[in-house]
Amino acid sequence: MRRFAALFARVDATTKTNAKVEAMASYFEDALAQDAGTVGDRAADAAWALFLLSGNRFKRLLAPSRLRVWAAEETGLPEWLFRESYAAVGDLAETTALLLAERGAHEPTDPRDPVDSDTPLHVWIEQRLLPLRGVDEDEARLRVVGWWRSLPADQVFLLAKILTGGLRVGVSQGLTVRALAQATGIDRAVLAHRLMGHWEPSAEAFHALCDPEERGEHLSRPYPFFLASPLDGEPSALGPVDDWLAEWKWDGIRGQLLRRGGAVYLWSRGEELVTERFPEVAEAALALPDGTALDGEVLAWRDGAPLPFALLQKRIGRKKPGAKSLRDAPVAFLAYDLLEEGGDDLRERPLVERRARLEALLAPTLLDTSPRLDAASWEALAGLRREARARGVEGLMLKRRDAPYRVGRRRGDWWKWKLDPLTVDAVMIYAQAGHGRRASLFTDYTFGVWRGDELVPIAKAYSGLDDAEIRRLDHWIRRNTRERFGPVRSVEPVHVFELGFENIRRSTRHKSGLAVRFPRILRWREDLTPRDADTLDDVVALLETHESETQGESNPVRADGARRESPPRAPSGDRVFSES
Amino acid sequence: MSGRQTVARHQTDLLQTDSHGLACKAGGFWVDPWRPVEHAVVTHAHADHARPGSARYLAAEASVPMLRRRLGDDAVIEGVPWGEPVQLGDALVSFHPAGHIRGSAQVRIEVDGVVWVVSGDYKRDADPTCETFEVVPCDVFVTEATFGLPIYRWPPTDEVAADVLDWWLDCRAHDRAAVLFCYALGKAQRLLAELHRQVARRTDLPTGFEPRVFVHGALVALTDLYRAEGVAMLDTVPVADTDQGTSFAGALVLAPPSAGGSTWMRRFGRAATGFASGWMRVRGMRRRRSVDRGFILSDHADWPGLLRTIEETGARRVLTTHGQSAVLARYLREAHGLEATPLESRARPNALDADDGA
Repeated sequence: MRRFAALFARVDATTKTNAKVEAMASYFEDALAQDAGTVGDRAADAAWALFLLSGNRFKRLLAPSRLRVWAAEETGLPEWLFRESYAAVGDLAETTALLLAERGAHEPTDPRDPVDSDTPLHVWIEQRLLPLRGVDEDEARLRVVGWWRSLPADQVFLLAKILTGGLRVGVSQGLTVRALAQATGIDRAVLAHRLMGHWEPSAEAFHALCDPEERGEHLSRPYPFFLASPLDGEPSALGPVDDWLAEWKWDGIRGQLLRRGGAVYLWSRGEELVTERFPEVAEAALALPDGTALDGEVLAWRDGAPLPFALLQKRIGRKKPGAKSLRDAPVAFLAYDLLEEGGDDLRERPLVERRARLEALLAPTLLDTSPRLDAASWEALAGLRREARARGVEGLMLKRRDAPYRVGRRRGDWWKWKLDPLTVDAVMIYAQAGHGRRASLFTDYTFGVWRGDELVPIAKAYSGLDDAEIRRLDHWIRRNTRERFGPVRSVEPVHVFELGFENIRRSTRHKSGLAVRFPRILRWREDLTPRDADTLDDVVALLETHESETQGESNPVRADGARRESPPRAPSGDRVFSES
Repeated sequence: MSGRQTVARHQTDLLQTDSHGLACKAGGFWVDPWRPVEHAVVTHAHADHARPGSARYLAAEASVPMLRRRLGDDAVIEGVPWGEPVQLGDALVSFHPAGHIRGSAQVRIEVDGVVWVVSGDYKRDADPTCETFEVVPCDVFVTEATFGLPIYRWPPTDEVAADVLDWWLDCRAHDRAAVLFCYALGKAQRLLAELHRQVARRTDLPTGFEPRVFVHGALVALTDLYRAEGVAMLDTVPVADTDQGTSFAGALVLAPPSAGGSTWMRRFGRAATGFASGWMRVRGMRRRRSVDRGFILSDHADWPGLLRTIEETGARRVLTTHGQSAVLARYLREAHGLEATPLESRARPNALDADDGA
């Protein structure tokens, strides 16, 4: 792991993207050169390095809570002190490494499996970390603690990072691909495509990835998804409405549906093969001609209308759904793009052409296309967007008519114009230090609304304030702490914030009886006193308005878009929420 | 503040927190007061300890030049040699080296045979720019707790200084400026002194390497003060004295943290940036500062340093201030059986974002 630790240190020792790419490229070049003509350690290490630096992680390797307990015991510190340390560091792996680093002599513990810092990364992963899944807790603990005792601090840190999740070193898959392109001279798009789907890291896979020859890419492999960016301002800034194609933004799972080599493959955006989870989609896709790739959305769907996302969630969890779940939560695939037809890659063609070919292709099948929303003006589109919540969709998608299908999140051609959130004015009641770069800075807040004279927690929110506001609040929180509960502080209930949510639902697990989805801070309402904040009754009323709009579980998309108007915000400010 | 946070007040306490700071009624003075008072006893010249506006100041003689600079020419400052007792009211007061920055002192206060020591900020690591920390036995020890968590352990200063020099040489090899952020008083001079040692020791310096360092305006006068006191440091050139268009490729530049991201930085082009502070022990802090390199160099005691010092004073009662005061106090109670409580102190701005200390 020494070489990987050195690479990590180089990537971590600079904030400059180019320098990070440079460090990775030279690591990959080195691996290829050293390993030329053989299938050896260096390529296998590089394969895993690529896997990890691209943000992949091993699921269910070890529960972070186990690691925390073992680390606390290994350091010999009281658990509360370990927790306080964790709160200051904001990263479990780093806390572990910092606290274990100074315990003195390193000792190999298991003579059958001598651990030293020169053991290659792939041996670590393949022969030590992945097998942890098969052993019981006591054995896992024995092994992990043994590794800690025999490794230097930087490797304890990396090991804990790999065991608990991603590396987070300011590198995305895009950057690792850029580095690999630089090292191999192979086009980035080709590399990105080769990495799609089930790319299993190994020396062979790494050599195949870096092979300058095109060798008939595997039939099951999807194209990299083109991702939309959120639209912040007014859409009129995008130019004439005629340049744009609008669709609903569905609240489902993005997916790519492939019909190739006589088989059907459904890929989620997380690059997971989910064909078997949605047999109704796979069956419908059999009607497609060979050599077809569709981009679209998997939705819980009945009678031509979407069902709530919660129903779809039940299906996501089932590897092979039974008759009951197929009946209770039927799904459909709504296609909105055609990436491949007759085996030809259409991604460079303009959207209008792909769209026309898509509609012609699907017409004789049971698969639906996501409807185009025709509007003569931005105002008309804004009107449609206001209907989104009533229709059970998240807003609108705006796509430039003449744009190609790009790779990844590239701003400019695809925008998501989401609904305005539901809003509530709430009072900050607790604060906690954040994680990562926000460690030791109070950035995680809990907000309450009034029930009588009591403030009931309604939401936790982390984002939405700028750095200056965060610093000002941090300073204020330090001076206005009422009580400390470990790393959490209760603060004087003074500051009011306008919070936004995507959704509110009833919940028996929350003190308020409500659960909110995607809460975030919209603004700091320094013009309001705590007494101006909302009451729980206000929020319940908001929920009820919302519930009656979506009519519970089944929500046909109504052609007339009829919906109950939510109460407008009164000028006096005593109506405390709005949907505008 | 909750009950756990506040001072356990003893009727007989020599020092008590009031609206102006840490007050000694028996001696009629305040230690490092937050607001102007009649008589201030000051531990050292950092802005959060030495505030202007008091009628009279008493301090260690060695800190007077720095205090003079901080408090102005009109301030009435009396300097006392190390260890020499001064009678103030019923209290006997003396100053003892704290090792934090040049002239920084602990204040020993004795009334009726009971001894309190206020540590101010302190460190136990050797520092060529200042006096070595002196253990002062006492009954009650008022200790800082800026880095009162076991995650804070400082690597040997030699190693850190060698890392800084290697980084400078690496930037030089790539024709880039290396801008190192550090606190203007204390840390900057310590770096210059440590680098002076490193350069003298190295035999592999590249030919043509000129061991002089460019400094931001905020560091100039303070560095001159240290030099006038005979501290051996690398030569410095004020950035302000360079001609317009001067290339800083390969140069090391010291600047206060507040210079980061300012227009002043533009002249250095695509510079590499670093930050020298105890906070750099935590990766998230470095990332928040958006610097390339973090160098762990602190003028405060680390966790082992705090515990060792508290033990060596022999104090049975410990009051903790600043930073992790609640954590350190709880640990001392539970693990060391000491009577320890956090002392109410005026919150500092988040220490990483302040320009002094650490």
